[in-house]
Amino acid sequence: MATTLPLSTRNFSPARRVATAATGESAAVRWVLIVVAVTFLGVFIFLPLAIVFSQAFAKGVSAYWASLREPDALSAIRLTLLAAGIAVPLNLVFGVAAAWAIGKFEFFGKSLLITLIDLPFSVSPVVAGLIYVLLFGLQGVLGPWLSRHDLQIIFAVPGIILATIFVTFPFVARELIPLLQAQGQEEEEAALALGASGWQTFFRVSLPNIKWGLLYGVILCNARAMGEFGAVSVVSGHIRGRTNTMPLHVEILYNEYQFSAAFAVASLLALLALATLLVKTTVEWRARRQQAASARWDGEEQIA
Amino acid sequence: MSIEAHNISKQFGQFAALDNVSLKIPSGELVALLGPSGSGKTTLLRIIAGLEFADSGTILFDGEDTTHRTARDRRVGFVFQHYALFRHMTVFENIAFGLQVRPRSVRPSKEQIHDQVHELLRLIQLKNLSGRYPAQLSGGQRQRVALARALAVEPSVLLLDEPFGSLDAKVRLELRRWLRQLHDEVHITSVFVTHDQEEALEVSDRVAVMNEGRIEQVGSPDEVYHHPNTPFVYNFLGSVNLFHGRMDDEIPAIHEAETGDLVYVRPHLLEIQRQPNGGSNFRAIIKHINSAGPLVKVEALSEWGAPVQVEMSQEKFQELQLAKEEAVFIIPKELKVFHKAL
Amino acid sequence: MAFTFKKRSNLPGFGLALGFTVLYLSLIVLIPLAATFLKASALSWDQFWHIAASPRALASYRLTFGASLIGALINLVFGVLVAWVLVRYSFPGKRMFDSLVDLPFALPTAVAGIALTTIYAPSGWLGRPLASIGIKSAYSPLGVAIALTFIGLPFVVRSVQPVLEDMDKELEEAAASLGASRWQTFSRVVLPTILPAALAGFAMAFARAIGEYGSVVFISGNMPMRTEITPLLIMTKLDQFDYAGATAIAVVMLVFSLLLLLPINLLQKWSSSREEKTVALVPEEIH
Repeated sequence: MATTLPLSTRNFSPARRVATAATGESAAVRWVLIVVAVTFLGVFIFLPLAIVFSQAFAKGVSAYWASLREPDALSAIRLTLLAAGIAVPLNLVFGVAAAWAIGKFEFFGKSLLITLIDLPFSVSPVVAGLIYVLLFGLQGVLGPWLSRHDLQIIFAVPGIILATIFVTFPFVARELIPLLQAQGQEEEEAALALGASGWQTFFRVSLPNIKWGLLYGVILCNARAMGEFGAVSVVSGHIRGRTNTMPLHVEILYNEYQFSAAFAVASLLALLALATLLVKTTVEWRARRQQAASARWDGEEQIA
Repeated sequence: MSIEAHNISKQFGQFAALDNVSLKIPSGELVALLGPSGSGKTTLLRIIAGLEFADSGTILFDGEDTTHRTARDRRVGFVFQHYALFRHMTVFENIAFGLQVRPRSVRPSKEQIHDQVHELLRLIQLKNLSGRYPAQLSGGQRQRVALARALAVEPSVLLLDEPFGSLDAKVRLELRRWLRQLHDEVHITSVFVTHDQEEALEVSDRVAVMNEGRIEQVGSPDEVYHHPNTPFVYNFLGSVNLFHGRMDDEIPAIHEAETGDLVYVRPHLLEIQRQPNGGSNFRAIIKHINSAGPLVKVEALSEWGAPVQVEMSQEKFQELQLAKEEAVFIIPKELKVFHKAL
Repeated sequence: MAFTFKKRSNLPGFGLALGFTVLYLSLIVLIPLAATFLKASALSWDQFWHIAASPRALASYRLTFGASLIGALINLVFGVLVAWVLVRYSFPGKRMFDSLVDLPFALPTAVAGIALTTIYAPSGWLGRPLASIGIKSAYSPLGVAIALTFIGLPFVVRSVQPVLEDMDKELEEAAASLGASRWQTFSRVVLPTILPAALAGFAMAFARAIGEYGSVVFISGNMPMRTEITPLLIMTKLDQFDYAGATAIAVVMLVFSLLLLLPINLLQKWSSSREEKTVALVPEEIH
């Protein structure tokens, strides 16, 4: 199951998309539909974006910067970066390994493996956090063992990192698996026949072919890692300055009625979201150009 | 119903698909629009159908101006190159579609629709497949369903866009024969688009040869083949030998050197002899003989170094007993001179 | 016949890749999940039922389920509309709108949560006009539905868009040439073609909405029995150190999401099978 949005390599040729005058609907119908669609998007997408920034700057620019430079805010930013900085590379390595095993080989239990990898997607973030509490918490399965060795995972930074890893677990894998599957084995076999080692083949042949999908998966993984709220909320303990990530800090500020400060921190996250969308659009554009170029190349072969 | 197209022009961006094209199709005729890709034949067909609107010009159905009518209101039957069958509907539902979407006041009853569809299924010889989905049919079967679907709404005009293009050779031949038979039975004004000159010459009553957005010639298959008006038509409808030449006192002759004109000769209109027997001829050396086929194809090099293709029957070849590198005389039976385009 | 685990292949690295994959999967996902079910099994069946079916829990299921359904349905209708407009028409700013459709997916849920609450609060940009005609948006089930509509917006749009783009325009031309009106063409030819994709998107939006926490928890008001969603109920029980209670409800949610997995997978399979070009299975026969 995909509650993620895979990289789109849709065909964007204008000739196919736009209705021809002869068989399309009338201009009146067209414009009504456009207005309705734009209004719907405006209400549900634009308004929330607009209000984040308008509230963030409601008390002026200097107040905006002050709320970001506040020590608790800074440590929240640091913790967010730390959690993402660990979760994303780990999930990247995992994603590549899983995609390699699943995309290039046939084995018993493959579908089951794919379903299990998708599992974190279908689990509510709060449940995800609870799962770790039940394993590592004081009353959890490993609780007694951990307190005997003076290790704390829940209500401490390690728990936050683990929860972040869990919720962003499938992102890279889900992007790469279809890509590696679609490519087949020929190029790698050719490389091996030419004498390349397994690692060389992987880095010089397989990896470059999936670089856009990889980049996209990483960006998405990162966006979710930095923005995760529910799961981290459960495991963090909300200790200001110690176990608060940016989203949690936003919640605290908001609940204390410090609205513009809350929105100031939120605006950073919103900018991150916009940057993610920008990268997505660029990656899709590049991937499409690559597809078109290789299609042209094939076409030329036929003519010759 | 007769169709008339007057001064139709259509541009796609900078590309002029049709340039002042006019064509008259009398009622009941089967006309082929023949030409290479980019000649505008499909565009003309779609404009007649109402699937595109021309930039200028008029379309008349039985004298009535339908230029600005939409496809829906023109009552044409259109058969698409890739069938455009509705994948989620059975064969029966596909064919019945046009009848089912009629406005309530003129919609036939369920029984009437059922009878009409089955009559058509009998016509296209697919009676047992009414419950199948298009995905379960072969290419030829799908094409016949597409045809039946178009016929179901009792159109006054049948338009077909490269109807046999995506089928393999044997199926194409069978369907060609079958379309001809169908037309003889139903007598509906039909226009079909093709780039296959053999198909156009075999099936149609008249051929309109198109090139680069213009009609080069309209005539019966005989006319356009034996009496082509332009070099393009001559070239497109069969193989051709090209020489320099000129009209010498009303008689076309081949010359070695550049003249202002071009002479066209079909390979089967060149005769090979061992002796010149008066009349125009020229010397040539045989370079290659291909006798595997209904005709024998001989390639030669004229005395001034121009390649020549000659076709002759197997009997003639046996008579002559030609061999490679032999010197022979080539006598043209029929020449066509065209002024070189400026 | 011998059982082979893996089909023969020339490529290296299978053992390493699969080994690491399974190890990581177990550490991060499977073992923690097992711990949950282990803890849940500590409860007797009676206890479990008592918690999972308590009036407060039932109220939360009703709200979560109902609001998610409403949100997903709104997204079904408007998602198809938006996809149609983005694919078929051109208008100023279309590219930008197209990219922004993914915003609910990229934006952190807490940010969405406080933004939506501020908009629909009684003094907010939309909350005030709505209140003046007597509609309470924030701090009510309506607010929950609005938030869940936001969260599911990209799913139907992105699911339907590729299908619309790949749709052969000749199908619509054929319908038009056969006399169908524009609406008939849409309802009889276009809609059946995009239906599997639309339903797959609906199911995904629904599944996402059920588990949603961050975007909803601010706008809902969190009144038990009235505007308390199930994830929040779990959170509350945790705050009160009622681990057994939290676990029981969590298991209910887990089982439900696992049950949803199957229909979603089936819908996606149906959707992609519609797009495949199938080869003829019947030999040619004219006579």
